[in-house]
Amino acid sequence: MSPIVELKDVRKSFGSLEILKGVTFAVNKGEVAAIIGQSGSGKSTALRCMDRLETIQGGSMSICGHKLEDEKIDLKALRRDVGIVFQSYNLFPHLTVAENVMLAPRLVKGIKRAAARQIAEAVITKVGLREKMESYPEQLSGGQQQRVAIARSLAMEPKLMLFDEVTSALDPQLTGEVLRVMEQLAADGMTMILVTHEMGFARKVADRVIYMKDGKVHEMGPPAILKKPSTPELAAFISEAAEH
Amino acid sequence: MTYEFDFPAVMAYWPLLLEGIWTTLRLTFFCTVFGILIGAICAIIRTGGPAWARWMVGLYVEFIRNTPLLIQAYFLIFGIASMGVRLPILAGAVIALTVNIGAYTTEIVRAGIESINRGQLEAAECLGLSRFQTYIHVIIRPALERVYPALSSQYVLMMLASSILSSVGVEELFGISNRIQSDTYRNFEVFVVLGVLYLILAIVVRAGFSLLGLALFPRRRKLGTPL
Amino acid sequence: MNWTFIVSLLWGLWGTVVLSGLTFLFGGIFGFIIAIARISPVPLISKATAVYIEFMQGLPLLVLMGLCFYGPGIFGYDSLTPLQAATFALTIYASAYLGEIWRGCLQSVAKPQWEAAECLGLTRWQRMRTIILPQALRIATPPTVGFMVQIIKNTSIASLVVGYAELSYNAKVINNSTFQPFLYFGIAALMYFAICYPLSVQSRALERKLNVANR
Repeated sequence: MSPIVELKDVRKSFGSLEILKGVTFAVNKGEVAAIIGQSGSGKSTALRCMDRLETIQGGSMSICGHKLEDEKIDLKALRRDVGIVFQSYNLFPHLTVAENVMLAPRLVKGIKRAAARQIAEAVITKVGLREKMESYPEQLSGGQQQRVAIARSLAMEPKLMLFDEVTSALDPQLTGEVLRVMEQLAADGMTMILVTHEMGFARKVADRVIYMKDGKVHEMGPPAILKKPSTPELAAFISEAAEH
Repeated sequence: MTYEFDFPAVMAYWPLLLEGIWTTLRLTFFCTVFGILIGAICAIIRTGGPAWARWMVGLYVEFIRNTPLLIQAYFLIFGIASMGVRLPILAGAVIALTVNIGAYTTEIVRAGIESINRGQLEAAECLGLSRFQTYIHVIIRPALERVYPALSSQYVLMMLASSILSSVGVEELFGISNRIQSDTYRNFEVFVVLGVLYLILAIVVRAGFSLLGLALFPRRRKLGTPL
Repeated sequence: MNWTFIVSLLWGLWGTVVLSGLTFLFGGIFGFIIAIARISPVPLISKATAVYIEFMQGLPLLVLMGLCFYGPGIFGYDSLTPLQAATFALTIYASAYLGEIWRGCLQSVAKPQWEAAECLGLTRWQRMRTIILPQALRIATPPTVGFMVQIIKNTSIASLVVGYAELSYNAKVINNSTFQPFLYFGIAALMYFAICYPLSVQSRALERKLNVANR
């Protein structure tokens, strides 16, 4: 069975600055992959390319069967298969939690309001925020807002979920509630790729850890590599991360 | 002081004053509706349209904001008449006032649009919303909610400025008061009465916009905080 | 296109400039007084000033003009000339708006500055003069230049009610005899544009520079 995500020698530049210098890895259906690395290593850029928020200049990238190296692709179909959660949640402040989650199913899939509300209710309950359905984002804590953001993406029933440092902007005591939701998602069989600094989470939940450095995959393997890295750079990175 | 005030003489004309108030309110209503429409469309063009269209809107806005309403009204209303087009007086007034307020509205709505966080546009894009859907639901709706107080102030000011259209024959409150002045020669009293009436109108119109805002923006109604 | 008419328009433009200058002068002086009064620690003064500002901002300028034109005669003074009445009305109008603008600028000089000045043991007036005002002046320049544009545009209203011969008045008179509205009102509009646009641009440029400096 072919991998749901397959990157082969992906290159990406911003103007004259090359950020991705040949990234290669694959993720299978149902797997959870954690991408770690210093800031500037290109990990967020690689993730954003997967949902076509950036275009690639070289190599090939196959996401859920869509070939992202092509100039023209069916963006709508791609975004239907891929869900992404951002570091800054990006909830719509003028809508309630329920309306935030219902918006895309209603507008993109044409689902009627009543049915959309049921979908929203189910998915908001899943992230544990049913009692906040009629609240506005500004009334929620950071962790709650991030869980709503996850619910908002889940409501579209994606095949792949991308997480871009989703706990980095949260107070430490709020990261737990978000990580628990993500753990549950993984247990339910969702294919997930996360860019993260949470080593503990990666060790516990990921099937594969990808360490990126200077725009390339430097080391890759099962979570065990976090305990026993093969390369000195990864070892240095881990010990530095442990100090914080 | 040898002058004897005679307010009752002026107040006897209250049916006329009421007529004038009604015309002012009608003017305000139509110009608000069309003004916001034009302003929103121009603001959208200004923030995302092709270069030539952006340039044209820019020219329109700069020209209106740097010339007096009076000259704009003279230009449009006498101009249209000189072309042989017979336009009802009120229609001409609505056109002139709308063209004027549209430019100011454009700038206000534009500020609102530009204040929308880029991250939300990305989120909408990644959820699969089309450009058009994103514009309406993620940009315009919150932008309008955000700039609504500024818009309301602007439109109350427009209501006060509508008095200028008396110069082209519109019988709104100020214009109709000319009749009272020529009848009674009580110019000062008339102006005092006008002053009081406009102050009341300003309060009423402002309150009207407030209530409208609460009806249109549930978030504002429930939370009471600005967006 | 008749040259006499163009000359008439230019004279009107001069009338506009004169009225604008007088308004800015007197409106500025009173506006400053109002701004200071508005932030006075004496509640009666600041409240009364606030009411005055609200009042003046809620009246159409035309009504103000009428009151200023016919008022003096009523109260036993000599009638004012059109220029005097227009200046009177526009001064009241401008002082209310400038007062508000400048109040905002005074208050936006960061609170720590006020507190630091207080800690230095200066009297209230010394604080104002040496620390707050210079900074407030910088902040106030862009919106003040912007408001100048409003003053110039509003002088057009002096052509009604009081009949002062500025640009709009002369243009209307010309139109009454030539019936070429697009031409002569168009030229008048361009003349207004020619003096207002540079001020608008300058105001925006000053604002940008200010924002950069504040970072």
